Amino acid sequence: MSEQKGYQLTHLQQLEAESIFIMREVAAQFGKPALLFSGGKDSIVMVRLAQKAFWPAKLPFPLVHVDTGHNFDETIQFRDDLANDVGAELVVASVQEEIDAGRAKEETGPNPSRNRLQIPALLNAIEKNQYDACLGGARRDEEKARAKERFFSHRNSFGEWDPKNQRPELWNLFNGKMDFGEHFRIFPLSNWTEMDVWQYIKLENIPLPSIYFSHEREFVRRSGVLLGKCEHITLLEGEAWESGNVRCRTVGDMTCTGMVESVANNVDDIIEEVAAARQTERGGRVDDKRSETAMEDRKKEGYF
Amino acid sequence: MSTDTKGYLDMDLLRFTTAGSVDDGKSTLIGRLLYDCKSIFEDQWEAVEQSSKQRGDENVNLALLTDGLRSEREQGITIDVAYRYFATPKRKFIIADTPGHIQYTRNMVTGASTANLAIILIDARNGVIEQTCRHSFIASLLQIQHIVVCVNKMDLVDWSEDRYNEIVEQYKEFASRLDVPHIDFIPISALLGDNVVDRSKNMDWFKGSPLLYMLETVYIGNEHNHVDARFPVQWVIRPHSDEYHDFRGYAGRVAGGVFKPGDEITVLPSGFQSRIRGVHDIGGDLEEAYAPMSVSLTLEDEIDISRGDMIVKQNNPPESSQQIEAMIVWFSSDASLVERGRYTIRHTTNEAKCLLKEMKYKVDINTLHKIEDDREVRLNDIARVSLQTSAPIHFDRYRRNRATGSFVLVDEQSNNTVAAGMIVG
Ligand SMILES: Nc1nc2c(ncn2[C@@H]2O[C@H](COP(=O)(O)OP(=O)(O)OP(=O)(O)O)[C@@H](O)[C@H]2O)c(=O)[nH]1
Ligand SMILES: [Mg+2]
Repeated sequence: MSEQKGYQLTHLQQLEAESIFIMREVAAQFGKPALLFSGGKDSIVMVRLAQKAFWPAKLPFPLVHVDTGHNFDETIQFRDDLANDVGAELVVASVQEEIDAGRAKEETGPNPSRNRLQIPALLNAIEKNQYDACLGGARRDEEKARAKERFFSHRNSFGEWDPKNQRPELWNLFNGKMDFGEHFRIFPLSNWTEMDVWQYIKLENIPLPSIYFSHEREFVRRSGVLLGKCEHITLLEGEAWESGNVRCRTVGDMTCTGMVESVANNVDDIIEEVAAARQTERGGRVDDKRSETAMEDRKKEGYF
Repeated sequence: MSTDTKGYLDMDLLRFTTAGSVDDGKSTLIGRLLYDCKSIFEDQWEAVEQSSKQRGDENVNLALLTDGLRSEREQGITIDVAYRYFATPKRKFIIADTPGHIQYTRNMVTGASTANLAIILIDARNGVIEQTCRHSFIASLLQIQHIVVCVNKMDLVDWSEDRYNEIVEQYKEFASRLDVPHIDFIPISALLGDNVVDRSKNMDWFKGSPLLYMLETVYIGNEHNHVDARFPVQWVIRPHSDEYHDFRGYAGRVAGGVFKPGDEITVLPSGFQSRIRGVHDIGGDLEEAYAPMSVSLTLEDEIDISRGDMIVKQNNPPESSQQIEAMIVWFSSDASLVERGRYTIRHTTNEAKCLLKEMKYKVDINTLHKIEDDREVRLNDIARVSLQTSAPIHFDRYRRNRATGSFVLVDEQSNNTVAAGMIVG
């Protein structure tokens, strides 16, 4: 990024500098950090920022992916290539294994979601590998419970978040002290908006998985959301598969990631679309719509 | 908002916080501001409509746009800071909507510590009350340069100009003892939107501009110090790769001044001297680095430097001392601050043990007078203290540099952050 006026950073440069600062604090303050990598655009931006923070050294933490087994193929391929390119260790925590071991129970119904089942898989991965800090790409502008998050967010030994009793966090002073068995979730992108992320992707020329761009796909309309055709979704009465040009605004599990009808097939067009959007990017997330405080409730239990 | 990348990057950023007593209408104001700026998405609006209906509210409750936690909605108050982001064609904004309840003052300080401007709300029926004073004083301690006082709920006092003027006088009288260079006043109704984005039709006696216009046009001074070169080392980069075998980069964020290749520097606390070989980021070598850039520095000489050290220019060192004089805000409800109490102090990237040598006085929030007879510093108290640290701290006064003049105290038993400190000498 270049453009700037005398001793004045653009707001995107300020955000970048802040995120890099946070990542370095994590490397310095914790013994065994990890970067939670979802395969979405925010995690991809996180990897780029981590490269910048530690260049010319490699990332001082692994990428940890909680694989629901219901991911888009493109996401998995992209994940493997990216880890390989940046020379980072990739750790995969599998929801299927949790189910097989009887520690998690599959939902039933027309679109059984494994979204919630990521919680035990994640918490077990944290415990098994003794990660004491997990970097996540969540942003405060995404959702009302996330709007309340600190950069350094404490989790007790059960992985729980206590939103009513968060530590004060002043200036750029981050307190990562904790007792054994507890951990922190760290959100370097806290102050970024969806638009900031896309502008950064454009400026930095960051490659993204193809599902972010318009492509033809079969889908079903369900409660105002478009769900891509896959083996995990069964049609309800009155529903039918349709076909059209769609793309994802966020990427998660196939059963809960809504797509939008779009012909935007490059970053500039997506930026135009984001600017004109009347729905939030998580507006298509079935997992958030389950109740008024669905995100808060999951976060309290240890969700991302 | 401009979407072409150049226009987008050229927008200024204003960070502001709300403050004032519980129920004075802070969250409602932010909701109103976002709504009238058309910054609410359809799904957010539908969700808030739905929740308002369920709660039996008469109208859509705008405060629910920021009061997102279950307990906040149950109790109808803000508990922790909500951050919201929006942009108009003129500026980008980061809002911290903070709680007014005294119990959550620490969260108000959290939101205010990074703000350029504070909006202080006053309920027109109640006038200036203790919490108005407390929050104003905290804003002043934090060196927020601009306060906009919004006298809210004007609809409940018949849009009375006299009542408004009375409150303005009341506030001015208190604020004459504060250290805030710019204070403006606006009569508003957050609920109905008067003087928030659009000029009020009910108060044509008010000749000033509505709140949004003010937020879009106030001067944003540069909050960073570009004079005194300060580089707290965060992390040492040693790649151990063939290509960068001998690379030893000191990673950090510039906390003040400007660093250039060739600059003569001193490393604190060791006092070793060297010269800057390069200023680096992933894109290559930079001509210079200034606050708040995150870069790495390489030096001409191999010297022992680790996290917590500070690289400074030889002709302009900070103060280095094991004695610090500071104002602190106390956050803990479990324990009071006690003389001879021991804490961990976190200052820049440095950490040391510290001992509270002396509590000099507490501040009476309403009068800003010193309280010298009550020696116990409890939750939300503001006090002047002397600290002794186990190793030298390299600092500037907070007034001169926020980054090198601020610290927090951490309780070693609970690991909690128990105080925010601003160094006065
Ligand atoms: N009549 C009237 N009521 C208002 C106005 N602004 C806010 N209120 C009401 O005052 C009550 C409190 O408003 P909030 O916005 O939650 O107050 P707050 O300052 O955010 O409170 P805390 O965050 O808990 O400190 C709500 O019932 C609002 O509807 C106003 O301009 N006029
Ligand atoms: Mg509120």
